[in-house]
Amino acid sequence: MATTMAGLLYAKSHEWVKIEGDTATIGISDFAQSELGDLVFVNLPEEGDEVEAGEVFADVESVKAVSDIYSPISGTVAEINEELLDAPESINEDAFAAWFIKVEGVSAQADDLMTAEEYEAFCESEEA
Amino acid sequence: MLVFEKSRPGRGISALPACDVDIVAIPEKDARESELHLPEMAEVDISRHYTELAKKAHGVNDGFYPLGSCTMKYNPRINEAMANLPGFTQIHPLQPVETVQGCLEVLKETEKALCAIAGMSNMTLQPAAGAHGEFTGLLLIKAYHEANGETQRNKIIVPDSAHGTNPASAVMAGMKVINIDSTPDGLVDVAKLREVCEGNNEIAGLMLTNPNTAGLFDPNIKEITEIVHECGGQCYYDGANLNAIMGWARPGDMGFDCVHINLHKTFSTPHACGGPGAGPVGCKEHLAKFMPGAVIEGEKGNYTLSKAEASLGEMKSFFGNFTVIVKALTYIKMLGKEGIPEASLNAVLNANYMMKKLSEKYDIAFNPAVCMHEFIMDIGRQAKETGITAMDIAKGLLDNDIHPPTMYFPLTVHEALMAEPTETESKETLDNAIEVFKSLYDLAYNDAEVLHNAPVTTPVTRLDEVGAARNPILKYEF
Repeated sequence: MATTMAGLLYAKSHEWVKIEGDTATIGISDFAQSELGDLVFVNLPEEGDEVEAGEVFADVESVKAVSDIYSPISGTVAEINEELLDAPESINEDAFAAWFIKVEGVSAQADDLMTAEEYEAFCESEEA
Repeated sequence: MLVFEKSRPGRGISALPACDVDIVAIPEKDARESELHLPEMAEVDISRHYTELAKKAHGVNDGFYPLGSCTMKYNPRINEAMANLPGFTQIHPLQPVETVQGCLEVLKETEKALCAIAGMSNMTLQPAAGAHGEFTGLLLIKAYHEANGETQRNKIIVPDSAHGTNPASAVMAGMKVINIDSTPDGLVDVAKLREVCEGNNEIAGLMLTNPNTAGLFDPNIKEITEIVHECGGQCYYDGANLNAIMGWARPGDMGFDCVHINLHKTFSTPHACGGPGAGPVGCKEHLAKFMPGAVIEGEKGNYTLSKAEASLGEMKSFFGNFTVIVKALTYIKMLGKEGIPEASLNAVLNANYMMKKLSEKYDIAFNPAVCMHEFIMDIGRQAKETGITAMDIAKGLLDNDIHPPTMYFPLTVHEALMAEPTETESKETLDNAIEVFKSLYDLAYNDAEVLHNAPVTTPVTRLDEVGAARNPILKYEF
């Protein structure tokens, strides 16, 4: 069973977002990393790029496939986690510590974001 | 052992004739700064080196190769014999056209045959591969919208079951990708497509493979292409799975505006990793004026070359991979009007035979009553019950001299093994493969450890794929 972290919001496409005022931090869930398997490559946007709720902002590559990562919110990229570029395995090790980007000027969020509890139920239904 | 490790200074092939022109020194500014490091070997050692490598590989001449969506059919030897004729090899693309009329006839005949099979009016043979064809097709669509003053049309709809090259090609062509989820039956969600398209003047077009990667022919195909046309978009047919329908159904009749065809899949030319391939692109009349490369006009014996009115330019130099086209035309002419549909019929029959027999043990994704040229085994249940994944089954197949099916694709099935037997395999080959697949299924439940350790009979055993991806060694260090 994949783990979740309280206080974060989750997207159906398996990203997590921590919203604090008009800034936010985005990563992918533990469920996502376990489904993807060993990650070998991460592609991140650049600082200053605009991200849009529901739109692709990054991609990750596992031995199996390349997968798009969707932004749960809209805003401007303030910081990217450059450590991920050299160590994509840190996402497999701790998906909630391995954030992808920090966003400022959060203007909108996707409609169907879930709480940790709702997301756990969602993952169970996905597995079934 | 690499060829560089076998190299010894001073060795080489002495069969070259003496130089009969003046030797001119390379100007200083063009000279290399480092050593060239070409391997130095005797001819016999080169020959043995490559024979040794060939023995370690597995090709369709070594055994069954059911790699889904890749159509690994047998490549008839006569294709090679035709392509090796001196009239096709001892030529130069810049020769005067009157001296290469035979070669132009080959190109023209191939264009006509492919147009007839795809239901298109024009064909360019220039693109060198499937993805190159996709890119060409998208540039045609882009040029068409731009010529109509609709430069805002920059969105391409791609279903989630599409080949990964589709969204990649769309991005290469400077377009944005709209992904559409499939229905639970594995088909295009028509309602969602309508929702995305209706009144949307930013839609450039749709890219679709039909039958799709699950081997399902979309029964709503006419409605799908109509919806896209209604909003002003164009429809692109990815010909990856054409082997299922040639001579039976035509992309043009389904409503597609342009299409690419993989000669190295459907038309029995050598495949991938150096094939080289060929991905001709066909289009209907309204796109013809944008076609790239040379347009061959006139009649047999008097062919001339020209350019399309608003040509995209060159997608590749000259006429594409010419000898590959010779091989494909040989195949088409050998099979003829009767043989082409019969090949598809047998490809579908073989796939259904395998699917039916394997469904006694394996789960079949989307559980179709009848599949087309390929089908997907879903290893999900088995993986949960035994810990044996699609990867482990694939490795087990290697110990049985069978190339694994396509793995972990499409992404809509998490533990996918996509098998495409093709029409060139006999019932005995299929029966043997079915037995092997079934025995591996049982092994997963009875002795999973054996499968975890597979393969043990191959030149290299279980590879560290994660290590290879994270820390690749891409060149030999001298």
